[in-house]
Amino acid sequence: MSINGKAYIAGVYEHPTRKAVDKSLAQLHAESALGALADAGLTKNDVDGYFCAGDAPGLGALSMIDYMGLNLRHIDTTESGGSSYLMHVGHAAEAIALGKCSVALITLAGRPRAEGMATGTAPRNYGNTSPDVAFEFPFGPTVVNMYAMCAMRHMHEYGTTSEQLAWIKVAASHHAQHNERAMLRNVVTVEEVVNSPMISDPLHRLDCCVISDGGGAIIVTSPEIAKSLKRPLVRVLGVGEAPKGQMGGKVDLTYSGARFSGATAFEEAKVKPSDMKYASIYDSFTITVLIQLEDLGFCEKGKGGAFVSDGNLIAGTGKLPFNTDGGGLCNNHPANRGGLTKVVEAVRQLRGEAHPAVQVANCDLALAHGTGGSLGTRHGASTVIMERE
Amino acid sequence: MSAKQRIFPTPEADPDTEAFWAAAKTGKLMIGSCKSCGEKHYYPRGMCPHCGSSDVSLVQSSGKGQIYSYSVLRRVDPPYAIAYVTLDDGPTMMTNIIEADLDALSIGQKVELKFSPTADEGGAPVPTFKPA
Repeated sequence: MSINGKAYIAGVYEHPTRKAVDKSLAQLHAESALGALADAGLTKNDVDGYFCAGDAPGLGALSMIDYMGLNLRHIDTTESGGSSYLMHVGHAAEAIALGKCSVALITLAGRPRAEGMATGTAPRNYGNTSPDVAFEFPFGPTVVNMYAMCAMRHMHEYGTTSEQLAWIKVAASHHAQHNERAMLRNVVTVEEVVNSPMISDPLHRLDCCVISDGGGAIIVTSPEIAKSLKRPLVRVLGVGEAPKGQMGGKVDLTYSGARFSGATAFEEAKVKPSDMKYASIYDSFTITVLIQLEDLGFCEKGKGGAFVSDGNLIAGTGKLPFNTDGGGLCNNHPANRGGLTKVVEAVRQLRGEAHPAVQVANCDLALAHGTGGSLGTRHGASTVIMERE
Repeated sequence: MSAKQRIFPTPEADPDTEAFWAAAKTGKLMIGSCKSCGEKHYYPRGMCPHCGSSDVSLVQSSGKGQIYSYSVLRRVDPPYAIAYVTLDDGPTMMTNIIEADLDALSIGQKVELKFSPTADEGGAPVPTFKPA
């Protein structure tokens, strides 16, 4: 069995806010939901499946379902950090293929800026019942120093340089200049990235993503419903998900779960990395992009540094245009979870609705990939491959 | 270098890890060992993550190893070096490198165990490493 062709992405929405002091978390989820429904040409009463993750307020999905007044026959609260929403697309496609729902709503929202959260440099504690906490939390693992250790090891094994990593930010900034909602719109140079303040060796400030409030939503429907709507048809071709952790102490920071989720998705989609016209790649940090590109098969392991250099990720000049909205590195990283917006920009590209300056010509095949949790400890990887019909 | 001292949060023991933290209080670093498959693991736990057996026990580590990877977090006071250290006994563990020039660390550098005290009086110390 396969979900290839069994489900379509009919609506997407990226909440315009980047700082939401005047809105509640539930409100951001609901506004995102309404935005995606309007984009699809559907109403909330059409929704029969709801998907959300740990950013949703209340017990699982129940509070948001009640808030929005949804009548459902399918609920999924798969939580895998920032990659949750790509998993949700896969799970929605599976549920639709099995007839468990026909209009699936996926929402994300968060307000780390309004709440003054030290997103990158304060250790996060997922609760003392988490079995790893006592063995890790005392040592101050933060978002940034965990990814920094991945970068340090990648540099050691493969000779990757800070200048090569910087090219990833440079490409994102070239795209963000055209996005009026992007938090960082200035085009930056390799020199500016490597000369920005060191946060956690070897990652500089400009190797890091932005911190933003906001949200987003996705509508996945059955083929029949998608074809009854007035939007361009974006078909889900293949999905994959995989966890990766410390493997009982056999730690290897040089690769991610993308190695497995990507292979699964490409096999189901019956396409290969070189077929992709566009890729949305999770970009919490520059190193995140580099490791995932290798693991997804866009280049050989260890050759990511050369692959991303010299503008190869920039729309119009590079071979693999990526994150044409500016991505998490420049545009938006709502709720510290960048997976949902990865799908949103891929759908814009497939519909021909990206900014004209970054729209990829004849963009009929695209990939979105997310990482949730931390590449430095344990994470969930998820890949979605989509086609414009 | 900052004059400020880094204060380590006190780890909370649970029934799964009580013996590990009790050993830490006597200066011993323990690692998980599986009697079924013979593999070592870290952090210690009630089942072997390699073969699935629950026939696991704690064995003492030599406390010697080398840096697998590290990073110095600069934007906090005081800066500190988080690291993964691969023990000569096998597993790789998360830790901090202490009593070191933070600008002179390197992957592959040999290090040795030195427990660091934690915030709460009577709390278990945590296993940190210093250059060997």
